[in-house]
Amino acid sequence: MAIKQLTVYVQNKKGAMASLTDVLAKNDVNIRALSIAETEDFGLLRIIVDNETAATKILEENSYLIKAIDVVGVKIGDKPGALTGALDVLDKAGIDVEYLYAFMARTEKHAYVVLRVEDNGAAEAALEGAGYHLITNADICKL
Amino acid sequence: MAQNYYQKEIETMSAEEMRKLQSEKLVKQVKHVYENVEYYRNLMDEKGVKPEDIRGIEDLHKLPFISKADLRDAYPYGLLAKPLEDCVRIQSTSGTTGRRVVAFYTQNDIDLWEDCCARAIVAAGGSNKDVCQVAYGYGLFTGGPGLNGGSHKVGCLTLPMSSGNTERQIQFMTDLSATILCCTPSYAAYIGETLKEQGYKPEDIPLKAGIFGAEPWTEEMRRGIENTLGIKAYDIYGLTETTGPGVAFECSEQTGMHINEDHFYAEIIDPDTGEVLPEGSKGELVFTSLDKEAFPLLRYRTRDICVLSRKKCSCGRTLVKMAKPMGRTDDMLIIRGVNVFPSQIETVLLNEGYEPNYQIIVDRVNNNDTFEVNVEMTAEKFTDKLSDIIAMEKSLANAMKTMLGINPSVHLVAPKSIARSEGKAVRVIDKRKLI
Repeated sequence: MAIKQLTVYVQNKKGAMASLTDVLAKNDVNIRALSIAETEDFGLLRIIVDNETAATKILEENSYLIKAIDVVGVKIGDKPGALTGALDVLDKAGIDVEYLYAFMARTEKHAYVVLRVEDNGAAEAALEGAGYHLITNADICKL
Repeated sequence: MAQNYYQKEIETMSAEEMRKLQSEKLVKQVKHVYENVEYYRNLMDEKGVKPEDIRGIEDLHKLPFISKADLRDAYPYGLLAKPLEDCVRIQSTSGTTGRRVVAFYTQNDIDLWEDCCARAIVAAGGSNKDVCQVAYGYGLFTGGPGLNGGSHKVGCLTLPMSSGNTERQIQFMTDLSATILCCTPSYAAYIGETLKEQGYKPEDIPLKAGIFGAEPWTEEMRRGIENTLGIKAYDIYGLTETTGPGVAFECSEQTGMHINEDHFYAEIIDPDTGEVLPEGSKGELVFTSLDKEAFPLLRYRTRDICVLSRKKCSCGRTLVKMAKPMGRTDDMLIIRGVNVFPSQIETVLLNEGYEPNYQIIVDRVNNNDTFEVNVEMTAEKFTDKLSDIIAMEKSLANAMKTMLGINPSVHLVAPKSIARSEGKAVRVIDKRKLI
């Protein structure tokens, strides 16, 4: 059920991000969602792409340091308080969220949240139990 | 473990007897040098010291130092103390830091040098039953000729392989059951890796001991080589200026190298003031050749930083021990008043599971030294969690603080972003010098 996320180490210097996205673009990889965590020295670019196998191969060939992990994707309403509702569910289930990022669909009145937690299974069960729809890589590609 | 010695009387001599022997030799040596080397005579005259002022080791501090710069000034014959007719050999340094040093040897000098190497081989468990593979370079470099001569003296079957041609090294090692390997530690590691790739397990390799030197190596590297080859790895120290390998050698205790102090008297000095420091102090190692005839250096500053110890050794040798050099005076950085050697950073990185690829950046901001260390992130340690990466940086900084006594700011940088060494790596960027 989970979503595959790639984390890429990006040195904090001029043009570093552009050359990374350029490598992906030239190989026809589309970034569907992204978030960045940064320090003074470097950034961690977390991306969800339409073809994670191709992206991994290309990035490795270009000597990028990458880490692929499973994250949880969940569909929420595009309205105030929707995110709070989903987070409350996890909180009540005793699940800590390491980080999260959200993006909106182009057509539907929905938003999507990507959650990084320690136990994906527990988070998924809690959210599904509360009536939330989980999403997959395939869903993201279709949006 | 039963101990064998090559020259037991010398190697286990009491401290008083040794000092007496050294004193007698020094008095003779100073006279020899003063009479035969104009360069040295001028240095001594400048300092107002005459040979008769030197009545024993206690007067050694009165003599001037000699440094690498003097050797360059005096190139090639300026420090020669014997007529060329009496010399039978030269050896030379690689000359990577400037003009080559050319050292001359009489037959007696060669004999004493080979004795020193023989002591090292016996201390590593060698005897005439051993097959000794010498994979140091032969030629101008002292490594090959020194260990080759020592191996002959011990009576080992000597394989004069020289360095390189690893396939052939392995063929001879396995076909002829070499039991002792002499080479640089990096070459030993390389031979070990190649054997491993070829499917050899440590127990399939006939070697039992290795005598490795001529370049800096860490304790972690030693354990790695010992595990891959299934041997005990012994350190050996020397420099062309004094003779070559065998100035000091390790015994079974592996806690420092015994200096062949009947031939080479060691002092530790403060590199800034030249003052002789008491036993156990960290400082620059200085050697005086007590027996060398052709190229006798008195109080030669090695620029190696180390510590001497006369603590009783389990091997029974009484020869003073030197710690593995912690760095060179020319590598040493003083940051916030603390001596820092790049090799210490390297040790921390290897301990913590990082590649020894790093860069130290020192600067001065508002009259305070800043101390940054860039270290390459590894694929194994990389994670998507920022907090984990920051924790890794903190943990590395703590490990460095424990080692150095001062706190660096550590940055984990992208792999391969620190230039690989082509020739000599730029490990230190000291921006303070630019101001």
